[in-house]
Amino acid sequence: MISAVLFWFLSVLAVASAAAVFIVNSMARASYALAVSFIAVGAIIVQLHLDYIGVITILMMVMEMAIMAVFMVMYMGMNPALMPMDMTHNKHRSAVIAVVVFIILAAGALLIPWPERTEVPTGNVTASLGEALMGSKMLVMLTISPVLFATIVASLVLTNPRGRYDRRGDNLDRRGADGRSEPEDPIRGGLGR
Amino acid sequence: MDSVNGALWMFILPFGLAAAALLAAAANAALDSRARGLTMTAGLFAPIREGARLLRQQRRTLPGADSLLWRIGGAGLVIAAVLKVLVIPFGGFTFADLPVGLVWFNAMDVLLWALWWLLGWGANSAWSLVGGYRFLAQALSYELPLMFALTAPAVGAGSLRLMDIQNAQSGLWFVVWMPVAFLVFAASVVAFSSWGPFQTATGGDAAGGVIGELSGVDRLVVLAGRYMILVAGAAFSVPLFFGGGSGPWLPAGVWVVVKTLVVVAVLLTVRRLFPTLRPERLAEIALVLIMPLVLVQVAVAAVIVAVNGGAL
Repeated sequence: MISAVLFWFLSVLAVASAAAVFIVNSMARASYALAVSFIAVGAIIVQLHLDYIGVITILMMVMEMAIMAVFMVMYMGMNPALMPMDMTHNKHRSAVIAVVVFIILAAGALLIPWPERTEVPTGNVTASLGEALMGSKMLVMLTISPVLFATIVASLVLTNPRGRYDRRGDNLDRRGADGRSEPEDPIRGGLGR
Repeated sequence: MDSVNGALWMFILPFGLAAAALLAAAANAALDSRARGLTMTAGLFAPIREGARLLRQQRRTLPGADSLLWRIGGAGLVIAAVLKVLVIPFGGFTFADLPVGLVWFNAMDVLLWALWWLLGWGANSAWSLVGGYRFLAQALSYELPLMFALTAPAVGAGSLRLMDIQNAQSGLWFVVWMPVAFLVFAASVVAFSSWGPFQTATGGDAAGGVIGELSGVDRLVVLAGRYMILVAGAAFSVPLFFGGGSGPWLPAGVWVVVKTLVVVAVLLTVRRLFPTLRPERLAEIALVLIMPLVLVQVAVAAVIVAVNGGAL
């Protein structure tokens, strides 16, 4: 009974705060309305006894919204992020797409013959989930993660217009006659380099 | 435990945490007062005086302030602190014995990213917003080392449940063979409380930063919340690194409180030894120097566990 009430409360909260993302007129309110929606979803996952996935969802999504706050000010020219603005774009078409996608997903959820549960997990659910996700695919994970990371770093280096390569060319450790880096790096780090 | 008793316990947690925070604030004010050449007793009651003053002060607001987000940011600090302590074991007793208590703590400290920034944003003041962004810049530096510092005790105990982590230290406290992880953790506690050397988000050079525009009871709640997250962070180091409630003579719950207060006292002292660190300088130190160190620490812990077949 209590878990059913909690489930419905969290579901309504998730949908209502997700709708709020498009109703409010401030970037900050939209970001954190989305965070509330994700927190509610994370709590529902915890209700399914997937504690680790649930809590980590909350963790990652709150962090993501905080980082979005950094990026929205950093990369939006003339900074509409700091002013009231409309959160919707291309209204009619996006409304149509949203309704169609919702109908397809809801129909799928209702019409698919979901498989019956055959086993009940025993012991440490987090550990068995980790085994199920990673066990036979460890090599793939170990290969993909450095590639993904290298891609992120490479794309940041290539897109950053005022990065070290722009200031110094290819020769990053060039030194002048006085032994100091040449040209002088205007953005000094905490290690005094 | 019957329900009346349970309800009583639920009151003890927030009020106990608030009392510990007040104690920390009083000790800090006493040390401040001595540093200014006054007697320590002159400073001891400063937090209570300041609290009484703020309770009577009229609330000030700015045109265009986003009051909803501003209040959420302020009250959230207290709530996050209480939610952190919820999973700490006091000997055999804990308010919530989550199987992923360690990740829960991590989620709550990430919540502080949002709360400090919302505080800075909500006021609609440039200095506050500068403070909010300073906190995020600092958070980007401390969070990854903190996450790996939290990994070390989990590896040592082979569990994310705090009760297991505490009990795994019956032989030897984790702080002995995970000193780097503890130091990084303690520094991160100071950093997410925006305090000591990591206080630029609330720094005087930005007119108080995120707390600059706060007044009256709002300011009181935020200042109290800041000490509460400091105490909650220190309390968390007890089951992670200091064997939880283990100790002679006294009951386990009392030992947890005593150890927490000792860690808080160390943090109060350390605060006076280091200058403020600018967030953009911290980034290079944290990611180039601290990250490899803490990764080596996790590797050492993992090798010890693998060779020994469990915690030392």
